[in-house]
Amino acid sequence: MDFLRPASWEEALAAKAEHPTAVPIAGGTDVMVEINFDHRRPEYLLDLNRIAELSQWEVGEEKVVLGASVPYTQIIENLKTELPGLARASHTVASPQIRNRGGVGGNLGCASPAGDSHPALLASGAHVEVESQARGVRLIPIDEFYKGVKRNALEADELIKSVHIPKATGPQEFSKVGTRNAMVIAVCAFGLALHPEKRIVRTGIGSAAPTPVRAKEAEEFLNAALEEGGFWDNGKIITPSIAKQFATLASGACNPIDDVRGSANYRRHAVGVMARRTLMWTWESYRGNAEGRTLEGAA
Amino acid sequence: MAGTTTGIPRDVTQGLTQGGIGESTLRPDGTLKVTGEFAYSSDMWHDEMLWGQTLRSTVAHAEIVSIDTSEALAMSGVYAVLTADDLPAAKNYGLEFRDTPVLAYGKVRHHGEPVALVAADHPETARRAAAKIKVEYKELPLITDEASATAPDAVLVHEGRDDKHSKHVPHPNIVHRQPIVRGNADEAAKRADVIVKGEYTFGMQDQAFLGPESGLAVPAEDGGIDLYVATQWLHADREQIAPCLGLPEDKVRMTMAGVGGAFGGREDISMQILASILALRTGKPVKMVYNRYESFFGHVHRHPAKLYYEHGATKDGKITHMKCKIVLDGGAYASSTVSVVGNASSLSVGPYDINDVEIEAIGLYTNNPPCGAMRGFGAVQACFAYEAQMDKLAAALDMDPVELRQINAMEQGTLMPTGQVVDSPAPVAELLRRVKARPMPPERQWESSEGADVRALPGGLSNTTHGEGVVRGVGYAVGIKNVGFSEGFDDYSTAKIRLEVINGEAVATVHTAMAEVGQGGVTVHAQIARTELGVQQVTIHPADTQVGSAGSTSAGRQTYMTGGAIKNSCELVREKVLEIGRRKFGSYHPAWANAELLLEGGKVVTDGGEVLASLVDVLEDEAVEIEEEFRHRPTEAFDLRTGQGNGHVQYAFAAHRAVVEVDTELGLVKVVELACAQDVGKALNPLSVIGQIQGGTTQGLGVAVMEEIIVDPKTAKVRNPSFTDYLLPTILDTPTIPVEYLELADPNAPYGLRGIGEAPTLSSTPAVLAAIRNATGLELTKTPVRPEHLTGT
Amino acid sequence: MRVNFTVNGRKQTADDVWEGESLLYVLRERMGLPGSKNACEQGECGSCTVRLDGVPVCSCLVAAGQAEGREVVTVEGLADYAAHRDDAHPGGACGSGSCGTSLDAAQRWQAKGTDGQTGEGTELSPIQKAFIDAGAVQCGFCTPGLLVAADELLERNSSPSDADIREALSGNLCRCTGYEKILDAVRLAAARQEEAV
Repeated sequence: MDFLRPASWEEALAAKAEHPTAVPIAGGTDVMVEINFDHRRPEYLLDLNRIAELSQWEVGEEKVVLGASVPYTQIIENLKTELPGLARASHTVASPQIRNRGGVGGNLGCASPAGDSHPALLASGAHVEVESQARGVRLIPIDEFYKGVKRNALEADELIKSVHIPKATGPQEFSKVGTRNAMVIAVCAFGLALHPEKRIVRTGIGSAAPTPVRAKEAEEFLNAALEEGGFWDNGKIITPSIAKQFATLASGACNPIDDVRGSANYRRHAVGVMARRTLMWTWESYRGNAEGRTLEGAA
Repeated sequence: MAGTTTGIPRDVTQGLTQGGIGESTLRPDGTLKVTGEFAYSSDMWHDEMLWGQTLRSTVAHAEIVSIDTSEALAMSGVYAVLTADDLPAAKNYGLEFRDTPVLAYGKVRHHGEPVALVAADHPETARRAAAKIKVEYKELPLITDEASATAPDAVLVHEGRDDKHSKHVPHPNIVHRQPIVRGNADEAAKRADVIVKGEYTFGMQDQAFLGPESGLAVPAEDGGIDLYVATQWLHADREQIAPCLGLPEDKVRMTMAGVGGAFGGREDISMQILASILALRTGKPVKMVYNRYESFFGHVHRHPAKLYYEHGATKDGKITHMKCKIVLDGGAYASSTVSVVGNASSLSVGPYDINDVEIEAIGLYTNNPPCGAMRGFGAVQACFAYEAQMDKLAAALDMDPVELRQINAMEQGTLMPTGQVVDSPAPVAELLRRVKARPMPPERQWESSEGADVRALPGGLSNTTHGEGVVRGVGYAVGIKNVGFSEGFDDYSTAKIRLEVINGEAVATVHTAMAEVGQGGVTVHAQIARTELGVQQVTIHPADTQVGSAGSTSAGRQTYMTGGAIKNSCELVREKVLEIGRRKFGSYHPAWANAELLLEGGKVVTDGGEVLASLVDVLEDEAVEIEEEFRHRPTEAFDLRTGQGNGHVQYAFAAHRAVVEVDTELGLVKVVELACAQDVGKALNPLSVIGQIQGGTTQGLGVAVMEEIIVDPKTAKVRNPSFTDYLLPTILDTPTIPVEYLELADPNAPYGLRGIGEAPTLSSTPAVLAAIRNATGLELTKTPVRPEHLTGT
Repeated sequence: MRVNFTVNGRKQTADDVWEGESLLYVLRERMGLPGSKNACEQGECGSCTVRLDGVPVCSCLVAAGQAEGREVVTVEGLADYAAHRDDAHPGGACGSGSCGTSLDAAQRWQAKGTDGQTGEGTELSPIQKAFIDAGAVQCGFCTPGLLVAADELLERNSSPSDADIREALSGNLCRCTGYEKILDAVRLAAARQEEAV
């Protein structure tokens, strides 16, 4: 095993070009577990800790460019307003110690369906900025990023530099089921973001299919129902039948497996419950924030 | 051996604290433990030491066709690669039967059984070498449950058994069977107005001590071995190790290294023999440290169980009879299955007065992971089932579940199903009354001015509910646990006490082989010596095999037994001191001859408080030393047909009330409060007593809602050997645990004390289950409860 | 490979480090600092928690090479770290280098077994003292990691609520105590800290 320690992004890209099998390591919270448990013996470890820009973020007009290695703790503390869904998801990641080291880049690089940030990234409509020495930068829409169980759209010579995440224009929520009240890997998870400016709702499901997925049918149904009922304008309470149908369709978007963490049936069921609840939470928050407008049905 | 050995324990010395028994004196090893200087078994280090590594079976039941070690041996940095063919002497060890191979030979009987060993100069080299050993297996049919074990054509897990239980068991795949018959259950059942039956399943729990199996074996110049390990019982280890090394016991010198928790999981041998064989073979010190994955294969677990119960009662709530069958899965090797069966059987009625019972408990040999001792030892599984039955019975009678328990609660004088009289206090009804009388924790504690605090809700930080679907439930349970080794076992402990003057002050040295596993034995030992000898300075000598056996730190027995031994030896020391005093000063004061004399504050005093002499003056340069064994009152084996016999030494009782909040839609549970009341006989150190009760309670909570080793029934392989998938309660899963303890002395026990460590682990689990049933209305016959059970998915 | 970093205020060098070694292994097996514990080596128990440039992390999940040039505080340096908290630059240990274990001392470090006498007169940080006083230590294997995590909590939040304590310590498993006495210890340290101000 060789340990590569690039001091800059350019050096890192060069190293990855020269050694395409090199395994990037930043927070180490996935890679080191595999090494400690003898599951993986990469030829090269490519340490990204010395590349300062990977741990920085920039808040722009419309989006946040989040460095791949920005630790979850920083997201929770600093980006709650701009990225509430991701901040919520970050707060559910493992333990404080892990949140201090791990970042979104690792989740994306590993592309485990159980990664906690995926549903929030899907729901917000993020783009992943990747780069190679040979071909330069690509911006991959999050919807095209996940390719299979622990497979993503990266080429062997590419590294994840940052994630471009639209700033929230409406409430966002994230919810995750685990069989412990802290420090737990998702049995399944659900992210939901309201995009009032586009009058759409986006979602993300974690750990209930071979890859993180959106509940597209559920979104389409809900978007149509909200539009039809004028909900975005009148701020009415979402009817139980809409919430129920949304939940059913979200369940239907799952393609889960039975494993030691949970049964496929439970995952489907739980995703439905979380879909309904996160919808209610975000919608109530949207209604509550709707200033200067008479909210019908708010009795 | 040349070179320096580090990390080898020296003395624990109590400083100038005042405390005798009854005070909450602080741990003598506290400072070392908070500064990181306390040397645990995985911290041992030696110049030029090698690292040992095992290769374990990848299948559960197979013939070993061949093992090829040549590639591993050829690696640079590898000093030895050993298989069963290289074992120097006895090939098997075991606590009750010697049925466990040091390294598998002929066949492997469970997933993760050690097959080969490597010693190398770096752990990574050792791992790589182990990976290069080629083992060819021919798989055999699997025995995984009672049906497959006892089928007429079942493959035998152990052929040619000749252990003492092999003759009376109905099938060679049954390790031991203990029936108990008392009265006439069938006849009594006719008086019952209601009868409830239930089938219950208890999952396989892991001790999950945090300090992994580890230690250092140092070959000695005399051909023997010096072994620094974490164990619960040095002498029992040595008895098993020496024959496997082909050494006399006196050449196996064992010293207790720091123990990172035990809970029964260190009662069996783990790496002791393996490291020793590598050290003897290579002539170099060998360190072995299991990682967490290997630790799940490196020790026995709590027996999973199936329990079938029937209870009847008359309308007024008086239980008429009880019938039960308890099937414990002992896995591939016996470990302590025999005793676990005895406990499950004899304690299967619970702390209730039931005259007519018909009981059968069996322990199986299967190809599942071996099971043995864990806190609660057979009584835990039974308590889970009989307490579920109590609630079921109460519901059938439309009676308050606590009242039903109180109506049937045993008392001092009650007969156990074994015919043994409970001859010391048994405040079962009172313990229940106390937990019930506690004020309820406030409702909806998650509500705050800033919205729901998810940390106080089911799901916790995962943000699954802000109160939706959340229902509160309350449940009660009470349990009975035996203390000490039962069924005629010659249970004793040894204490060597030395009293001498050092630097002008009388100092007592307590030398025992007691395993300090975290329970605070070292604290209490010093307290006892202070109380008995009236000295301030007490040195706790490191535990080793240079002194007689202390027995195991298990069965709640250690303060009773080694504490008792220290008390006893101190009393003998005191007699000698007084003899010396009489010889030197007797002629100066008549009290020397005719008063009751005590040692207090470093002086000899009369019971009236008159000072006769200082210990310094009495002893001068003379040292008084006594090493004496201490035994509890003898017990008897249970009759193999009727189960009758005075089998137990002492009983301990604890009751819990659990308050839970369940997200009924997602099936997630938050335990809000888990109150405990327990009779401790006498609290030698109240702070430690409460710590033990809270810790035991939390282990019971764990197996109620999350802890289970999952074994694939098709392959008998362990599916979750990691802390990612074997979940332990975090601080966010653990509620406040208010503790009330009673001190009703047991006249047979030193200071009237009762073993405290195990009872709280019993009743905590069924109390949580009862609370979840109360919240959901579901029957819930399996523990741990999973979200699937609560949501019907 | 060679790795250089600062531990408890002193520069340290480790040679012949295998590239897959964790910071935890290097601390325990190469620098004679076994206080950080090896309970799970997968970031699920917190027993190996150290401060890395001031931030609590699981040292089992930091590749040794990633520690190059950085500052590490372990439980062995916690008392000094706490004593010099105000004059240490943020994220670092003792800036002056007058605290912590010397290279020489670290290399000569010997685990002191269970010799209580050596504990007497040892300077302890408030959280270490509180753990002893509150009965938060049983087997003690989780203790070093908990101390580092709890000390950092009190550094940024001098009067944490119970929920704050639980959240901050939710990455540290304890199998012995049931956590109640650990909560007591953190409350006690916070209260004493308050009194001292």
